[in-house]
Amino acid sequence: MTINKTQNGSELTIALEGRLDTTTAPQLDEEIKSSLDGVDKLVFDMTKLEYISSAGLRVLLSAQKIMNKQGSMVVKNVSDEINEIFEVTGFIDILTVE
Amino acid sequence: MKELKIKASIENLERVIAFVDEELENNDCPIKLQMQIDVAVEEIFVNIASYAYQPGEGDATISIDIIKDPSRVEITFIDSGIAYNPLEKEDPDVTLSAEERQIGGLGIFMVKKSMDDMIYNYSNGQNILKIIKNL
Repeated sequence: MTINKTQNGSELTIALEGRLDTTTAPQLDEEIKSSLDGVDKLVFDMTKLEYISSAGLRVLLSAQKIMNKQGSMVVKNVSDEINEIFEVTGFIDILTVE
Repeated sequence: MKELKIKASIENLERVIAFVDEELENNDCPIKLQMQIDVAVEEIFVNIASYAYQPGEGDATISIDIIKDPSRVEITFIDSGIAYNPLEKEDPDVTLSAEERQIGGLGIFMVKKSMDDMIYNYSNGQNILKIIKNL
């Protein structure tokens, strides 16, 4: 998985490419936790994300919990397949999917 | 039918997914179904790798069978670890807010929701879990 971060003032965009699974999720979790100081808007761009499993959902949940305390979080450009996973797991109500 | 016997460890996840994907691709499985099947295989294999042999280690055997009429894929996971029936695991409450959500419990739930059938048996000291997806 490739993680591309773009910081614009207090807004951080994380673009994900590839597979967010059990083996790659810890890498994203670390990236997020080390980047959120002073961030009040976190955007995930999922244009190139091909795959997500429960390990990836857990990372998104933990990011959402942090951002609930310090600002907002948005998930953008989600494929139909990943959106269906968000629906089945109730993540569609937890996340703000644009 | 194709079969893969492999050490049940998370570092082998990629090989397990590649094994399953090769069969699915050879049979022109639609990409959406392939993703759902990959997720199911990941969740089950990671469960076996994480819990079946704790604190030791052991193997898992994964077999995949693509069947015609009605068209479906059957994937069977066998391990010799502690007896564990994932179908008895209580479903997480998917209506809770982020703050109330527990980390975990989602994996098997996703498998239950996305597969057409799941069958568990414990026999001769082996957990045998079969998932079936209609194609």
